[in-house]
Amino acid sequence: MHIFILKRIGLAILVALFVSFLSFLMLRAAGDPAIAIAGEGASEADIEYIRIRFGFDRPLIVQYGEWLAGALQGNFGTSTYFSTPVHELIAERLPVTLRLGAMSLLFAILLAMPLGILAAVHPNSIIDRLALFLSVLGQALPNFWFALVLIVILAVWWPLLPPSGNSTWQHFIMPTIVLGYYATPAIMRLTRSGMLEVLGSDYIRTARAKGLHPVQVLVKHAMRNAVLPVVSHSTVQFGYMLGGSVIIESIYALHGIGQLAWESISRADLPTVQAIILILSLIYVGLNLAGDLINAWLDPRIRVT
Amino acid sequence: MTVQSTEFELDLPEHEAPSPRAIVLRRARHHSGFLFGSCGLGLIILLALAAPLLAPHNPIEQNLLARLQPPVWAGTGDWNHVLGTDQLGRDYLSRLLYGAQLSLLIGISAMIISGLIGTLLGVLAGYFGGRVDLVITFIITSRLSMPIVLIALAVAAIFGSSLQLVIVILGFLLWDGFAIVARSSTLQIRDADFLLAARSLGMPAWRLILFELLPNIKDALIVVATLEMAHAILLESALSFLGLGVQPPRPSWGLMIAEGKDYLFFEPWLIMIPGAALFLLVMSINLLGDGLRDISAPEGRS
Repeated sequence: MHIFILKRIGLAILVALFVSFLSFLMLRAAGDPAIAIAGEGASEADIEYIRIRFGFDRPLIVQYGEWLAGALQGNFGTSTYFSTPVHELIAERLPVTLRLGAMSLLFAILLAMPLGILAAVHPNSIIDRLALFLSVLGQALPNFWFALVLIVILAVWWPLLPPSGNSTWQHFIMPTIVLGYYATPAIMRLTRSGMLEVLGSDYIRTARAKGLHPVQVLVKHAMRNAVLPVVSHSTVQFGYMLGGSVIIESIYALHGIGQLAWESISRADLPTVQAIILILSLIYVGLNLAGDLINAWLDPRIRVT
Repeated sequence: MTVQSTEFELDLPEHEAPSPRAIVLRRARHHSGFLFGSCGLGLIILLALAAPLLAPHNPIEQNLLARLQPPVWAGTGDWNHVLGTDQLGRDYLSRLLYGAQLSLLIGISAMIISGLIGTLLGVLAGYFGGRVDLVITFIITSRLSMPIVLIALAVAAIFGSSLQLVIVILGFLLWDGFAIVARSSTLQIRDADFLLAARSLGMPAWRLILFELLPNIKDALIVVATLEMAHAILLESALSFLGLGVQPPRPSWGLMIAEGKDYLFFEPWLIMIPGAALFLLVMSINLLGDGLRDISAPEGRS
């Protein structure tokens, strides 16, 4: 078990390093950041000044090494737009995004798991069809369009909710629905197939044969094993949702890290964009690691491989 | 059936087992998702190809005197602009038809690029195993850990966005599905007898992969191809919506939704129409992909 954990942690660290290097390279290779910061109509001297001021004139690998050394100490450089340290900006915005992500995941699980379980208990019934329909719908709805449609319905036609902002909990309802619905199909399919598999197994037949109440069999015996893959998959979905928050937060004007990323991209604020990409990848890698470890803890068979 | 003797019965043609192709065709005819998906996608492809014939107006021609006209079914709409006009007086139906061309072009091109990258990586990893597999699996894991929406946006913003760039970005970001499926399918048949036979005949590895292995994993890859095409179309529309994808005045559906966003309160059809088109296209492709998976491997259904 210890070797397994160490191996997984080592792999996660390698992946995080590789991803940070790649994204650094991609953003720098994509163009001269000095020109982007200087903006249109800047003179050659201005650009040269910015290049030296931010250190863009040195070799890439040196810049990366310096940036990484800083990032490891929680120092992501200075925002070229706000002129404040990037880590302060992120510390201010990250809680909003994490809150949105957690609420969305909760929404997705509350919607998807009961539907998936019911669909598995009554295969090919109306509920099963409804679950399938919802998951087909969820995979094809462009999330930014869904967000706008919800605004039209819930803020314009029936003014129940505020269309944008983040001052009250009502502001979080629509973004939560949009982001959570996006994760629903995957969780529902996993729950359904997991339940179908477990319900066909011998120990469930035994439990039923003993005359246990069907609800007890379902909740105490079947669900415990069926939700295993869902638990680890939820961590992955959480990572995806944080990535998807870029679009949703900019539509609903939620002051989270996604909106910060979007604004920083339009302002060519490279240090901030770089830091957010790194943090989102780190969160994803960390969640993946957590999912793997939870699975290994719950299911000893996985530890061998 | 009234057959007299058993000898006679043996010669009856209908006792031959149906060919695999016939089985697949019969499954296809009875799969409603597959039928809906292929009809929907076929219809959209036809409309897109026939856009120059069908479009009543030039999709980028502005007419500021006829701004924001509603569709024909609403109040003051007329048949000259069936779906109304946008904020610059451009005919919405014409833009929608040409937009279908753009979505399909981007979806198919990005799918081809990502298919080449992903299949190559996946097959190499599955076929050679060992260190090669270790390295490629590591690359796949790293790719999965990247926030692709953010990276696509950042790269597009720095490069200055264009149609070609969007296709390249999507192609280079969406190959993970191909790689994962190609790898696992290759692993499954790597030690099959027919590959062993080809190997012992001294066939070079590249020929063996190209002519023996790939034809046998193509079904799984086609399913991924449809799903990744849908993925690429959705991502393109999101990039265009945020202003970093296809640039105006091209009629990308995502861009049309972005432009209609400012008129959300009084002219909601401006976002409803392109959004519904996008939704139908993506749903058709997804249903087609799911259907293909069920048809080619019904035992793999989940």
